[in-house]
Amino acid sequence: MNTNSISGRLFKSSLAQWGIISLAAICVLPLFFILYYIIASGIKVIDWSFLTHLPKPVGETGGGIANAITGTLIIVIVASVMAVPFGVLSGFFLYEYKNNRLSRWAGVCVDALHGIPSIVIGIVAYFWLVKPMGGFSGISGSLALAVMMLPVVIRSTEETLNSLPPNLREAAMGLGMPLHKIMSRVLLPCGFGGIISGALLAVARVAGETAPLLFTAFGNPFMNADMSQPMQTLPLLIFNYAMSPYTSWQELAWGAAFILLSLVLLLNLITKIITHKWKIQL
Amino acid sequence: MKKQTLKKIIPAITLFMALIAFNSCGNNNNASNGKSPDSNNKEIVILGAGSSFDYPLFSKMFDEYHTQNGIKVNYQSVGSGAGISQLTHKTVDFGASDAPMKPEQENDAGAAVIHIPITAGAVTISYNLPGFDQTLQLSPKVLADIFLGKITKWNDANIQAVNPGVKLPATAIVVAHRSDGSGTTNIFTDYLSKVDADWKSKVGTGTAVNWPAGLGGKGNEGVAGLIRQTPGAIGYVELAYAIQNQMPYARIQNQAGKFIQPSIESVTAAANVDIPADGKVLLTNTTADEGYPISGFSWVIIYKEQKYGDNTRAKAEALVNLLNWMIHQGQQYSADLDYAPLSEAAVNVGAKLLESVTFNGQPLLTAKQ
Amino acid sequence: MAYPITQPTNNLARTPKTGLVVNNAAQKEKLQHKKAFRAIRFEKIFKGGLPFTGILILALFTAIGLTLVIYAFPSVKALGFSFFWGKVWNPVEHIFGGFPFLIGTLITSFMALIIAVPFALSVAIFLGEYFPKGWLSGFLKGAIDLIAAVPSVIFGFWGFFVLVPVIRNIEFKLGLPANGLGILPAALILAMMIIPYAASLATTMIKMVPADLKEGAYALGATRWEVLKNVIIPKSRSGILSGFLLALGRAIGETMAVTMVIGNANIIPTSIFSTGNTMASVIANEFSEADSPVYFSALIELGLFLFVVTLVINMIGKTIINRTKIS
Repeated sequence: MNTNSISGRLFKSSLAQWGIISLAAICVLPLFFILYYIIASGIKVIDWSFLTHLPKPVGETGGGIANAITGTLIIVIVASVMAVPFGVLSGFFLYEYKNNRLSRWAGVCVDALHGIPSIVIGIVAYFWLVKPMGGFSGISGSLALAVMMLPVVIRSTEETLNSLPPNLREAAMGLGMPLHKIMSRVLLPCGFGGIISGALLAVARVAGETAPLLFTAFGNPFMNADMSQPMQTLPLLIFNYAMSPYTSWQELAWGAAFILLSLVLLLNLITKIITHKWKIQL
Repeated sequence: MKKQTLKKIIPAITLFMALIAFNSCGNNNNASNGKSPDSNNKEIVILGAGSSFDYPLFSKMFDEYHTQNGIKVNYQSVGSGAGISQLTHKTVDFGASDAPMKPEQENDAGAAVIHIPITAGAVTISYNLPGFDQTLQLSPKVLADIFLGKITKWNDANIQAVNPGVKLPATAIVVAHRSDGSGTTNIFTDYLSKVDADWKSKVGTGTAVNWPAGLGGKGNEGVAGLIRQTPGAIGYVELAYAIQNQMPYARIQNQAGKFIQPSIESVTAAANVDIPADGKVLLTNTTADEGYPISGFSWVIIYKEQKYGDNTRAKAEALVNLLNWMIHQGQQYSADLDYAPLSEAAVNVGAKLLESVTFNGQPLLTAKQ
Repeated sequence: MAYPITQPTNNLARTPKTGLVVNNAAQKEKLQHKKAFRAIRFEKIFKGGLPFTGILILALFTAIGLTLVIYAFPSVKALGFSFFWGKVWNPVEHIFGGFPFLIGTLITSFMALIIAVPFALSVAIFLGEYFPKGWLSGFLKGAIDLIAAVPSVIFGFWGFFVLVPVIRNIEFKLGLPANGLGILPAALILAMMIIPYAASLATTMIKMVPADLKEGAYALGATRWEVLKNVIIPKSRSGILSGFLLALGRAIGETMAVTMVIGNANIIPTSIFSTGNTMASVIANEFSEADSPVYFSALIELGLFLFVVTLVINMIGKTIINRTKIS
C-alpha cells in the first residue's frame, strides 16, 4: 500500500487511532487488577472482631487491626486540623494579593513543598519533634502529614477562588465590606465545594502515606489514643505485616489494605461528586 | 443562610474533634486499670526496639507480662542495629541486640550501658528447594562458598559431596541476607569468619556487611519471607522463624565433625560456656561435641544510670522489674518457641548486672526476687 | 415656658420610673462606635496578618531546607563530594559511597518514564483529542484519577504478591536466579504510578491547542493522524515534556512501593533483573539504625540530594507549564 495515497494515509490514521485507544485501555488494567486482588483477599478477613481487636503475638491466628484504624483516624484528623485552616487562609492570601512579590515567592514555595518526597518530610519531622520530645509520637506523625497536606489545600483553595466570577469580590468591595467579611461571608461560602474537595483530596493523599510515619509515629502493638506516644496506622501496619513471613499477619495486611483503599477511593469519589456538582475545575 | 450556618459548624466540628483528640491524652490513664501509676498519673508504657531474632519470644513474653502485671511493653522489631541506635538517641527505654555494642558505639552512647543476656537461639540456614524434601547437610567451607557467591547451583559437586546419596536439583541458588543492621548477621558472619579465611578477608564480621551476592530482606521476617517465596533460595534466619513458617533448615557440621540439627538441646550445649561479668560472649563455632555451631546469645541493653531525659524513678523501676521477670519467670516461654532457656550461670550474671542499675545513684532492684 | 436645656436634643422619652434621661441613642451610638472600632481593629489585624501566611509558607520551606543542610553537614565535611562517586556502601567499615543508590534511582526512574511515555501520551490524546467529552472519556479519566489515588504502600503490597511472582517465573524459565525482586518490578510499578500525573498534564496541554489551527489543517485535507503528528503534538510539545518531567520528579522521590520490590541490595545493579536500591529506599531502610553520626548524616545527605533534585525538576517543569499557559 502506498502510504502516500489517500487510502494509505487514512489507513495510517486508523491504525494510529486503534493503537492509541488500545494503549489507553491497557492503562486502566492495573486499577482493576489491584482492586480485584485487594478486594478478593481482603474481604475474606473482615469481620467485627477484625475491626475491634488488637493484633495477636506472632504465630498466633486471629487478631484485628483496631489500633491501626484508631491511629489512622486520630493522626489524620489532627493533621487536618493543623493544615486546613492555615491552608485556606494562605490560599485566600495568594488569591487576594496577586501582584505582590511575597505572594509570588510564596506560590513558588507552595509548588516546591508539593514536590518534596515524603521520606524527606519524615526526616525533617524527626528532627523537629521526635528528637526534642525524646521519643516517637503520634503528634510528630501528624505534623509530617500536615506539611504534606498544606500544598494541596492551598492550591485548591486558590484555584477555587480564582474560578469564582470576579464581580462577586468587586461587588462586595464596592459595598464597603471589610476583607475578612468578604472572605467569610462571600467568597468562601461560594467556593465551599471546591475548598472542601481540596481538603478531602489532601486527606486522601496523606491517609495512605507510610514513609513520613516510619520514624515519627513508629507503630504500636497496643491501642493508643495518646498523641505523645507512638501510634499504629493502617499504612504502617500494611508495610510491616505484608513483608513478614507469618500468614496470619499477611491476612491482616490484606484486610487493612482493603479498608485503606476503600477509605481513599471513597474520599476521591466524594470529591468528584462535589466538584461535578459545583462544576469546578480543580 | 445555609452556607453561613455550615461555615459555623465546620470550625465547631474540627475544634470538637481536636478537643477529643487532645483529651484522649488525659483520658488514657482513666481507661487503664490503674496499676503502677507514676507520679504524673500517666500509664507506664515501656518502649523497646531492636533484634528481630528475639521478636517471637518477646512478643509472647510481653503479651503474658501485660496480662499478669498490666504494664504495656511496646517492642518494635527493627533490627539490632536500629535498637542500638535508638538506645543511643534515647528514643527507647531498652534496646535488644544479638550483637554486643562495640567500643565506639558505647562511646557514642555517652553513658555506661549494661548488657543483660536474655536468651540464646540458633541461626538456622534455611532454604527453599522445590523437588528436594530431605534435610540438607552443609560443611563450613561449602556454606561460606555459597554465601560468597562461588557456588551458584544447587547440584554443585561440593554440595553433593556433603550430601551423599541424595539427588539435588539443578536450580540456581538465590542467597537471601539482611538489608538492615542485624545481630543475626553478626552471629552468622562471626561464624563464617572463624571457619573460612576467604570470608574473613573478603567480607568479615559485622551487623551489616558488604554481601557479595543475594537479596536483602528487612529483619528476620523479611529474610524468611524471601526464602519462602523464592524457589532456590537459601538464607539465615533465627530458629523460631524457620519453625513457625514450616521452612526446612540444614544440619551444619561443627568443630567435632558432626552434622548438628539446630534445636534447644544443641543451642544449650553451645551456650554452656563461662560467661564474663559484663555478659558479653559469642557462642559461634562451639567446641561442644553436640553443640550447634551457629548459636548466639541475645542481650537487652539499658543505661546503667537510669536518670536521663524525663525518665522517672517509677518508670525505671518498672523497666528493671520487667527485665528481672524476663530472665527468671519469662524463661518458661522459651522452650515452646524453640529458644534455649538461660543457664543458671547466665541468669546469675544478668541478675548481678541488674542490681547495679541505679536511679540518681540509688540502686533500683531492692529485695525483690 | 422655658424648655429644660439639659434635655437631649434627640427625641427620646424619659424613662418614667427614675425620671433620669437614659441616653439611649447616644449610648447606642457609642456602642455602635465601639463595635465599629472593634471591627476595624479586627480588619486591620486580619489584613495586616494575612501576608503572614505567605511569610510562614516561605519560612516553612526554608526551615525544611535548612534542617536538611545542617544535619547533612557532618557527612559533607567528612566525605566531600566524592560521596556520590563512591561505589561501596559499607556502614560497618564506615565507608559511605552513594553511587549505587544514585544509579539505582536513575535507572528505575528513567525506565519508569520510558515505559510510561507511550501510555500516558495515548491517554492524553484519547482524552484531549479523540474523546474530549462523553461517558467513555469520563470513565477513562475517572479510572486514571483513581489509580493516582491508590496509596503507594498498596502498590508495593500488590507488586510484592502479584507482580514479583510473575517476574520470578519468567526468570526461572530464563535460567536466571529467580529473585523476582529487582529493578524490573520497581520500574514497572513506578511507571503505573506516574502515568496518571503525566497523562493529566499532557491532556490539559493538548486541549489547549487552538481550534483554528486544527481546523485549518483539516481543511487542507489532513487525516486525523496527520493533524496529531504535525499540529497538535508540536504545539503542545513543551507542555507535554514538562508533564513528563514532573512525573520523573515524582518517580525519583517514591519510597514505599520501590522499597517493597527492589530487593534492597546496596550494590550497583548490573541488569534489569538484578536487585538494587534507590536513595529513598535506603533512607527508609537504614534511618532508624544509623548509629554513628557520619552514617546518620550520610543518609540525610542523600535526603538533601533528593530534596534538591526534585526541587529543580519541579521548578523547571512548573515554569514551562506556566509559560505555556500564559502564552
